[in-house]
Amino acid sequence: MTYTPGDIVFPFTLPRVDGGELTVDPRINAATVVVFTANHCPYALAWHDRLDAVARDYADRGVPVIQISANDQARQPLDSREASAERVAKGHFSGPYLHDESQELARAFGAEKTPDVYVIDGTGRLAYHGAPDDDHESEDARAHYVRNALDQILAGQPVLVPLTEAVGCSIKWREDAPLTIGTAQA
Amino acid sequence: MSPSPAAVEIWTWSGCPSHERAKADLVAALDSLGLHDTPVGLRWVETEEEARERHFIGSPTIAVAGRDILPGQLQEPAALTCRVYHRRDGRVSPVPDPDDLREALQSALSDWS
Repeated sequence: MTYTPGDIVFPFTLPRVDGGELTVDPRINAATVVVFTANHCPYALAWHDRLDAVARDYADRGVPVIQISANDQARQPLDSREASAERVAKGHFSGPYLHDESQELARAFGAEKTPDVYVIDGTGRLAYHGAPDDDHESEDARAHYVRNALDQILAGQPVLVPLTEAVGCSIKWREDAPLTIGTAQA
Repeated sequence: MSPSPAAVEIWTWSGCPSHERAKADLVAALDSLGLHDTPVGLRWVETEEEARERHFIGSPTIAVAGRDILPGQLQEPAALTCRVYHRRDGRVSPVPDPDDLREALQSALSDWS
């Protein structure tokens, strides 16, 4: 199973790259943004500041931005948990940065790229999936797909554009990954 | 100017979407150097083994006569991944800065002119 807009997104728990665990339950937030990202993907890096600005701009409106690294560190050592923790220590993230070592959560979400963005409404339903905006090279784009979805959710309106094509680096899957994965559940 | 006698290639990995943009930029750089109609080859790197053999640090890599013309400053590990470039204005990009590409191309091809 993978999530498509309208599906209920189940709560999940993952380790933080800098220690401890975090349980994410979208039903207790006004909205929740989940971003599958990477430390060494030019698309993820090009969009990073814009997504981090979303985290800052919407924090006081009850919207956490949860970033998750799911790449197999054996295939890309620069995506190791230690490298991710270094980025957190340097203050690169305004929200939590989690590590999906088993890649089960990425598979449950149906993530394929970095970045791959999911916006979940306060009832726990997936309201948007896709790219942050339509141009990774333009700072002016400001992650407007994500901001528009959040603004519509927070205004109690339907999300007008629930799906766009994610653009970025392919997630590096583990070679020993199981063929079928169940729903992620805390 | 005649096409370069050296093989001009883009080493690319199918998991990264930037090779078409890289090819367009490379053709534009060749044109700006007067190297019109220079063939540009695409070499697909799809196994970890080949990535290690070529020290392929990501897609796209621009190569002349089998050598990466933008080796960069970091000793990055060979990997099937998208390559991180930095534009001259500091932005991260999946393709080289056009000015860096043109200068590197000019330097690499000078051995063959």
